[in-house]
Amino acid sequence: MSWFSHATLERNSLILTIGILLVVSIGGIVQIAPLFFLNSTIEEVEGMRPYSPLELAGRNIYIREGCYSCHSQMIRSLRDEVERYGHYSLAAESMYDHPFQWGSKRTGPDLARLGGKYSDDWHVLHMADPRAVVPESIMPNYPFLATTPLNYGGFADHLKANRMVGVPYTDEMVEAAESDIKAQVEPFGDDYDALLARYPKAQIRDFDGNPDMISELDALIAYMQMLGTLVDFSAYQAEGENLR
Amino acid sequence: MGWGAIALFFLGAFLGIFVMAGAPSGPMMLHGGLITVFCLLAVMWIGDRHFDFLKRGPTQRAPDGVQYNDAVVRWGVIASTFWGVVGFVVGLVIAVQLAYPGLLTGIAELNFGRLRPVHTSAVIFAFGGNILIATSFYVVQRTCKARLAGDIAPWFVFWGFQLFIVLAATGYVFGITQSKEYAEPEWYIDLWLTVVWVVYLLVFLGTLWRRREPHIYVANWFYLAFIVTIAMLHIVNNLAVPVSFTGDKSYILMSGVQDAMTQWWYGHNAVGFFLTAGFLGLMYYFIPKRAERPVYSYRLSIIHFWALIFLYIWAGPHHLHFTALPDWAQTLGATFSIMLWMPSWGGMINGLMTLAGAWDRLRTDPVIRMLVVSVAFYGMSTFEGPLMSIKAVNGLSHYTDWTIGHVHSGALGWVGFVSFGALYCLTPWVWRRQRLYSLALVEWHFWVATLGIVLYITSMWVSGILQGLMWRAYDELGFLEYSFVETVEAMHPFSVIRALGGALFVVVSLIMAYNQYKNAKGEIRASEPLDATAGRAPQGELVAAPA
Repeated sequence: MSWFSHATLERNSLILTIGILLVVSIGGIVQIAPLFFLNSTIEEVEGMRPYSPLELAGRNIYIREGCYSCHSQMIRSLRDEVERYGHYSLAAESMYDHPFQWGSKRTGPDLARLGGKYSDDWHVLHMADPRAVVPESIMPNYPFLATTPLNYGGFADHLKANRMVGVPYTDEMVEAAESDIKAQVEPFGDDYDALLARYPKAQIRDFDGNPDMISELDALIAYMQMLGTLVDFSAYQAEGENLR
Repeated sequence: MGWGAIALFFLGAFLGIFVMAGAPSGPMMLHGGLITVFCLLAVMWIGDRHFDFLKRGPTQRAPDGVQYNDAVVRWGVIASTFWGVVGFVVGLVIAVQLAYPGLLTGIAELNFGRLRPVHTSAVIFAFGGNILIATSFYVVQRTCKARLAGDIAPWFVFWGFQLFIVLAATGYVFGITQSKEYAEPEWYIDLWLTVVWVVYLLVFLGTLWRRREPHIYVANWFYLAFIVTIAMLHIVNNLAVPVSFTGDKSYILMSGVQDAMTQWWYGHNAVGFFLTAGFLGLMYYFIPKRAERPVYSYRLSIIHFWALIFLYIWAGPHHLHFTALPDWAQTLGATFSIMLWMPSWGGMINGLMTLAGAWDRLRTDPVIRMLVVSVAFYGMSTFEGPLMSIKAVNGLSHYTDWTIGHVHSGALGWVGFVSFGALYCLTPWVWRRQRLYSLALVEWHFWVATLGIVLYITSMWVSGILQGLMWRAYDELGFLEYSFVETVEAMHPFSVIRALGGALFVVVSLIMAYNQYKNAKGEIRASEPLDATAGRAPQGELVAAPA
């Protein structure tokens, strides 16, 4: 090792800086780059679709309120988790999540398959005052969601931004973004079928029980009620072809 | 230099006004306003400073002929202490909310989900970041025997970083977040931090280039690795497409499993490079300095440095065990986490053994005791971490309070104590005082803080392991024994104990602030006359050992 002395690094700040950069780059490259090419991380599973505009707006409220601080959306492949929450989470189920919401702490339960577990009415009561329906709960109250109108002016821009990062929103979806938000809370509206065609399995109803206003609570409940409902696990085969 | 900076800040002010005019929401308007005010104040300050300089002429030089820039370090000490108090108070508030959920609930700005990132960012970036900037500015000048590079640049780094903190924290409270843990600030705040960080790197490198010592001292390797790697992590993890250029909302470039891997590559190395490598820079300067002994082993420092920075970057996937991340990546993460134990303990030994021949100082100097106990906590946390990265253990510990306890044994024990120790060293040094206002208050600080840490981590161990076991408990018929909410109920006593531990940390941060305030004013506590030798001003400077 006569050709190398550590003093070279200690005497040249630029060589030291470059040395540091090289050494700290390796791990990330090896661990992150393959995830864009491996089948298990990029496979598509039947049923997955981009979020409807109302669901996306609800997801943004979920992010804004920091729900991920206490709720995971990632069911691990462990017996008790699968029995408590349902089928373990697939990579494909968060393929349209920019950013991901897997979470790191369960102060409250996992929400990956929350959709359909409780009624809309339950969610309305629970969000206003969690202890009204679960006395032991330590979740904060969110009474302001029901009284705050959803701000969805210019929501097409949100779909466009998502399209730029790879979510396959079509021109038609972008154009109809604002009207689709209104359509998803009107169960007897004219756009019912068109919305369902664009976003299969979308749930269309007045989520917060207040027909006079599209509230933030409408959007949040629409999001919570669709979580984990897109993939049909009675037909899903872990080893089989699940391409759509 | 001055005119260019003035022009740039004017441009910044206009940008701020532009954002205010086009802002779709109140909080974004506030942020535009904050940026405008910051830039206008900067213009006024630069102008005022220029004329002040004409009036007063150049400032005095230190005995070794170097005109050190200690003013920015003084501000760093004040900011660290201030943000420490803020971070601990917010931490206490959210700890109390978890124990007594009825308190302060229902107000959007004060709910747990919005305050939690205020706490984490305040303690990691505001408190920890200011400590790192202040100490790195002090250490790089002293070990290079050179004045800090740049005239306005170091001040820009300091105040620019404060603006970043204020934008981030007000953003969280008003609902501006991208939800990536420890990287919550939105795209425009991220861009601002990138600018500040590049200037920080240039100031640091520029000072190294001016050095009058042939070798770069080991503490500076660690500071440099921290600055460079944080830049890389910050940029890659925050890649995003904004919805509009006057709006706060953006969508992260990556999604799902790729985003998860990138996030925890970032997240674990925020621990590895911000809270470890950077603070090891403190360890390698302040412990030898205060103990007046050279670093135990030069060879060990080399191995410690390169092994630590190489291995740490691989450890991220241990946050994603049993998830949709491929199995090989999880195993790789766990393997490197376990290997990390070696350089971590090598570093701990290097720090502790620096006291060889001066162990009696542990009794007489509470500041040395703080520094040494911080290294002991570093050893404990870096033993616990690899243990928790083993899949079988992680299956139990993940998602529970055990993780919270682990983080806090590192944050309160290691980062907290090494920072407090460094602040108690720096305050008399940069205000040119003979010694601290009161060593008795440092004793109180040490013991009350230790009690707080013990309450915190033991309660979180019990609550985490208890909840993990309850989640997987089966009854005799083969059904899950507990509903989720029963496990929440079981946490209550431990949440109360944890809040108590946090409250003690708020108390010590106030004790420290009082001691520093008196120290900066030049007062000496009446019952502690000046002849005490412990804590005297440093003699001579550390230089790098030849290879």
